[in-house]
Amino acid sequence: MTVAVIRFGGSNCDRDAVQALAELDVDAELVWHEDGLPEDTTGIMLPGGFSYGDYLRAGAMAARSPIMNEVREAAESGTPVLGVCNGAQIGSESGLTPGAFTTNESARFQCEHVHLRVENADTPWTDAYEAGDVIELPIAHGEGRFEITDERLEELESEDRVLFRYCDADGNVSPEANPNGSKHSVAGVLGERDSVAVLMPHPERAALPDIGPTDGQGVLSGFAN
Amino acid sequence: MTAFTATVTVRLKHGVLDPEAETTQRALERLGFELEDLRSADQFEVDLDAADADAAAERADEMAERLLANPTIHDYEVTVEER
Repeated sequence: MTVAVIRFGGSNCDRDAVQALAELDVDAELVWHEDGLPEDTTGIMLPGGFSYGDYLRAGAMAARSPIMNEVREAAESGTPVLGVCNGAQIGSESGLTPGAFTTNESARFQCEHVHLRVENADTPWTDAYEAGDVIELPIAHGEGRFEITDERLEELESEDRVLFRYCDADGNVSPEANPNGSKHSVAGVLGERDSVAVLMPHPERAALPDIGPTDGQGVLSGFAN
Repeated sequence: MTAFTATVTVRLKHGVLDPEAETTQRALERLGFELEDLRSADQFEVDLDAADADAAAERADEMAERLLANPTIHDYEVTVEER
């Protein structure tokens, strides 16, 4: 398993992702977007950052770069794809996953630890948890509010494609525990197949035991299965 | 071919929260202005050459569909003028 961590101009969580995956013994390498996907790619991570300076909308430019056609093809053939933070914005802008991540309700950049409730534990990204588990991950975004039409959200929920919701330490989902105003507190969703997922919180920033909590390891271990 | 300027206006769909507009409205109110509501929009002016106005509008429309707007959260409109 070699995970391609795709680096765009302005990505800044790419090396963290490689390091966190190495901690889990997952082989990963940085791939400059203009170089295209390496042939031995067996997983793809879209890392966080500020690709293209968040011009137009966060993720909008990177989502339309040529490598994303390759990513889409790989995703359709079952290659695991995970988008984190800016990678989540790129994922939704490119149509890999439903909905949109837009300006936080606070209209501010927010950098803090949040709690997440595992909604669907039957995916590669959440296999390490039980449904209802509460994990703690950091967020760092200005455009993380999940938006989607009511009808589409209802569909997603009925198809069990919500991965995580923001919650308090006890697992209660409430407006107070929703850091950015996301609809139905959605923090991460699945694409058409469960091998494709995006989330705004940063699992790679909670994966190294030397630094602190390691709740994010479970998400990244989706690449190890 | 005729030279046109296509103006693409992209705004949030009705009902989608616009925190920046709300913050701007509060700032205006702090300055003493009275207002009912405030909405923000992005506007793009695209200079292009096309056979006629319809062709220019069609191209600008596709630009909005494929990049300038995000259909999940945005509505957009296109107007075309000869330049």
